[in-house]
Amino acid sequence: MAKFGMVIDTTKCVGCMDCVVACKTENNVPEGFNRAWIVEDVMGKYPDLHMEIRSERCNHCEEAPCVDVCPTGASHYSDIGEVVLIDHDECIGCKACIAACPYDARFIHPDGYADKCDFCFHRTSKGNNPACVDVCPTHSIHFGDLDDPDSEVSKLLKSRKYHVRIPEAGTKPKIFYLT
Amino acid sequence: MHELSITRHNELIDPTLHIWSWQIPVYLFIGGLIAGMMIISGYFLLKGRAREAKCTCFQLPILSIIILSLGMLALFLDLEHKFYFWRLYTTFQVTSPMSWGAWILLLVYPALILNLLLRVPVFILNRIPQLGKISEKMNAHPSTIKGIATLNITLGLMLGAYTGILLSTLTGRPLWNSSVLGFLFLASGLSSAAAFVHMIAKTAHERDILTKADNGFLTLELVIVAFFFIGLLTSSASHKAAADLLLTGPFAAVFWVFVIGIGMVIPLFIQSLAIKNKIKHTVVAPIMVLVGGILLRFVFVYAGQYSHWLIHAGLFK
Amino acid sequence: MNSISRRKFLKISGATIGAAVLSGSMSSFVKGADNKINKKDIKGIQKIPTYCAMCFWRCGAIAHVKDGKLWKIEGNPDDPLSKGRLCPRGTGGVGTHYDPDRLRSPLIRKNIRGEEQWVEVTWNEALDYVAKRMIDIKKTYGPESMAMFHHGIGATFLEHMMKSYGAINFGAPSFAQCKGPRDVAFNLTFGETVGGPERTDIENAKCIVLIGSHIGENMHNTQVQEFSKAVANRASIIVVDPRFSVAASKAKYYLPIKPGTDIALLLAWMNVIVNEKLYDNEYINKYGFGFEQFAAQLTSYTPEWAYPETGIEPDVIRKTAREMARYKPATLVHPGRHSTWYGDDTQRSRALALLNALLGSWGRKGGLYQPTWLDIPAYPYPDYPKSNKKKLDNPDEKYPFAIEEITTGVREATITGKPYPIKGWFVYGTNLPYSLPQPDKTIEAIKNLEFLVVVDTIGSEIAGWADVVLPESVYLERYDELNNPSFKVPYVGIRQPVVDPPGDQKPNYWIAKKLATRLGLDKYFPWKDIEEYLDYRLQKVGLSLELMKEKGIFLAPEQPIYYEDGVKPYFGTPSGKIEFYSLQLEQKGFDPVPKYTKPEEPPAGYFRLIYGRAPVHTFSRTQTNRILDDMMDTNKVWINKDVADHYGIRNGSFIKLKNQDGVISNKVKAFVTERIRTDCVYMVHGFGHTSKMLKGTYMKGADDSRLITQVKTDPIMGGTGMRVNFVTFELEA
Repeated sequence: MAKFGMVIDTTKCVGCMDCVVACKTENNVPEGFNRAWIVEDVMGKYPDLHMEIRSERCNHCEEAPCVDVCPTGASHYSDIGEVVLIDHDECIGCKACIAACPYDARFIHPDGYADKCDFCFHRTSKGNNPACVDVCPTHSIHFGDLDDPDSEVSKLLKSRKYHVRIPEAGTKPKIFYLT
Repeated sequence: MHELSITRHNELIDPTLHIWSWQIPVYLFIGGLIAGMMIISGYFLLKGRAREAKCTCFQLPILSIIILSLGMLALFLDLEHKFYFWRLYTTFQVTSPMSWGAWILLLVYPALILNLLLRVPVFILNRIPQLGKISEKMNAHPSTIKGIATLNITLGLMLGAYTGILLSTLTGRPLWNSSVLGFLFLASGLSSAAAFVHMIAKTAHERDILTKADNGFLTLELVIVAFFFIGLLTSSASHKAAADLLLTGPFAAVFWVFVIGIGMVIPLFIQSLAIKNKIKHTVVAPIMVLVGGILLRFVFVYAGQYSHWLIHAGLFK
Repeated sequence: MNSISRRKFLKISGATIGAAVLSGSMSSFVKGADNKINKKDIKGIQKIPTYCAMCFWRCGAIAHVKDGKLWKIEGNPDDPLSKGRLCPRGTGGVGTHYDPDRLRSPLIRKNIRGEEQWVEVTWNEALDYVAKRMIDIKKTYGPESMAMFHHGIGATFLEHMMKSYGAINFGAPSFAQCKGPRDVAFNLTFGETVGGPERTDIENAKCIVLIGSHIGENMHNTQVQEFSKAVANRASIIVVDPRFSVAASKAKYYLPIKPGTDIALLLAWMNVIVNEKLYDNEYINKYGFGFEQFAAQLTSYTPEWAYPETGIEPDVIRKTAREMARYKPATLVHPGRHSTWYGDDTQRSRALALLNALLGSWGRKGGLYQPTWLDIPAYPYPDYPKSNKKKLDNPDEKYPFAIEEITTGVREATITGKPYPIKGWFVYGTNLPYSLPQPDKTIEAIKNLEFLVVVDTIGSEIAGWADVVLPESVYLERYDELNNPSFKVPYVGIRQPVVDPPGDQKPNYWIAKKLATRLGLDKYFPWKDIEEYLDYRLQKVGLSLELMKEKGIFLAPEQPIYYEDGVKPYFGTPSGKIEFYSLQLEQKGFDPVPKYTKPEEPPAGYFRLIYGRAPVHTFSRTQTNRILDDMMDTNKVWINKDVADHYGIRNGSFIKLKNQDGVISNKVKAFVTERIRTDCVYMVHGFGHTSKMLKGTYMKGADDSRLITQVKTDPIMGGTGMRVNFVTFELEA
């Protein structure tokens, strides 16, 4: 029930990395590792330049290759929201999921299991926002139920131009970048 | 000009993926080798030609068990969450070729043991004489032998192909997005197994048969490699760039010299001459095949990790 | 709404508060021995409000403590500055508490100053020693010979202690190395400084002009939040910067100006606006002084004149001038903040002020609003001792319009010993080898000192030179002075301890009070403890410490902040009006209307060194915070791609920079990019640490301050223009 997704406004994002820091403290992400990160995508020749700034993380794809290739079922979809989660106790650390992901979203946690953004499931399963959404000082990151036509995310996708990361990989990502 | 700046710096992921090092190519090679061994020993048993290929049929099983175990050890060493490995065997994930593989490998051992029991090696017989009686009973029934042979061939085909299929399901690596990988690794495994027997065969006859078989497998491999590149070079920009990694890029030297040259073309040529009795059989050609076989796995595993959907977007500078 | 004179303070009566106060429950914490917070016994999550110290904005924050351990920090939703969302440094503030490179205990230097050989001592030993040295200096030279450098609200009680002791020479780098030129210029024009938080109504501006302001990389929280609102509202953004900043990427017009020529552009804009009569005529008639004389001076500054100087085409100059005028008075020409660039900075800031005045944005919505604040009476202290010596930071008022102390003047006096010697420095919260240019001069001055005491949280470079290092607890572990800034709404916020310090660190007020006792200054510290002090002040406005510890923020009733809403315009200038023509400046021999001076050209093969900020760091003080270091562990030198190709410099390779005086930087990664002009290179300030006590960041990146060996001093207020150094590349063999 429900399909959680994110809509991120690249026109407002300044790439300050607040989302990355909040994720770190909220989820005790180990030093040296990023569940989220910032990309500055620049095209052109000085001074005629265009820059898109993106806050990236796991896209919680609808057809996630990481879930398909996991040999133990550790990578799975949650019942609430279709969030891609990893059960630490079922993960054997084979890293097939890491190779399968076109977005470089996963990594191996120092404790041995695969890890990544989990849409702050401990918060979102209770109806709250992920930490990055609530901290963003420019209010660029929106989160909600894509299946609900009245949700903020659905409304934004109806009114604004957007793109997703590497659509041709066929993963059906659930993070949409407004341009 | 396109500039991409990324703040992410995750171990094993950045700047390019390097999650798998020697353990995986070694296992892939061993898996292929064992698969090839199971298929060719199964074949000769099935066709009732065991006497023509005694080494193939009766020495390979024990060697397979030993070598496969080394491969499994390599695989185990690669795991980051080792004490949870048993989780592979509490479920079957139908969309995960790695799950298929876990179960295939589990079944491969009994198949090899059954094959082994048809002619128990002396050093085992000395310790467990009862096996001799079991062996006799099994050999008494041709249908048993045929059953064991079929089992080995089937599991060998599965073992040989699944690793290639596994890589091809890893969406994130354009170099591996090819349906021929399963066939390529299977053909390579068969070729490695045939080369191996070529090296250790005790009779000239067995050596000849296996050399001819190897030539067939090498030719097949070259054809599959061609199909592989045709496929990638007519796909997307990411796939073309991935193919170029091997053809003209950073992996080109190793690929052309070791995988294609030393691993396929030169041994094919040498072995063809040897079959026509233009030159003597030596271990040179089979060793080349084996070296080429393992380097094929290394190149694919390393280049595959390097390949990326954004490889054409100036990501790697 | 009644018009309220800017000068009348809003007195909040107890009755007003009584109605607004919520049921204040006692905050549940247990004070253990030695004033420890001792929250370890409390299970579950506690949310404790405080205000942040990761920069100088002081956003209201709420720290979350889980089972007695500090977990995370979020913004206080009641806080007008952050509106519940902190910046990445504030969010990463947890890392200051857990920083492994923190100073643990007081240190006294063992051997030669600067060799970083220390003896760990007790607080009693350290404080006794500090007091003794201070008394020695007072006896031998007089208390005026003990100077204090400080930065941040944590200096309040130490400054008070120093003043009680009789010190008169102080200095915060925020004036002569940062906001000084801007504040003096706006003061000369409008009779008021810009203030901090800046009185910029960004969220309501329909047109925003940024001259070098790299909002988004410069992470003053409220400004960034409002900027993004303006972007979402499709405000017309004009960015003038030699570097394609984040703000430039959101601009409607990006002007890739040649560094050092901003005044030419500003004059040309004003020329267009005056010639085409696009200015706010009514506003200028009512509030302007000297407009005709001012307009007469602009005639030669045509866009055609400005083009070869700035590199900006005349039609772009005209288009952007007209764009600004189109949206007036809701056009904000941002005053900037760090304005010590080229030595003519007061005049450049004056031009910025005049441009705002032309557009009528001062005091208006979408421009520069009239701030309000909650006035809380100061604690009553006895008068400070009078001195018959004069401050020596600006002898003979060489810089006639300086309105704050000139730090580099104090340093100079320490070197020369004139007009009288400075023999001791007390340094709080500012890493002088980084905050002052020409670090060699700072070292030279230190060598003339008899005593240097540094209060810091980490072993910074200045601490490395000290005779005594006193470790302060970080903001999460202490109280501090009340925060009641001038802003859009009047409010007060408190800081309170959230967790205990991990070692023997002490807060600034404790240090001040303990020193005061040893210096015989107890009458200046009559309060028993900081809680008594804070509660006393809060009671004066009908609040209490108990209440504030629960809520963190108290919002006073809103006040009008725009002329449109009844604020009475008032200009503290000699004419009582906005001075388009400054007689004050003229009388002192300066240009009454800004004039343009051509900047120096770099020598062949050299590039102008410009510097700036990153959103995850604050100056040179956050690099050992492991969370923020994880975000950005080094700076890079930005080099234009064509230039890099010419020199064979690959992106990500290590190079060194050598400046015009032969000083060579630490090796630093090259960031080869299209995002910068070909005649300059850019670095984020604050890296390249050489203090061995900063293990997490030692030698990472390069230090721009070391390369700033030349400064151009602003003759009007003594600010040190620092973007006047040129560097060339030294490639690794």
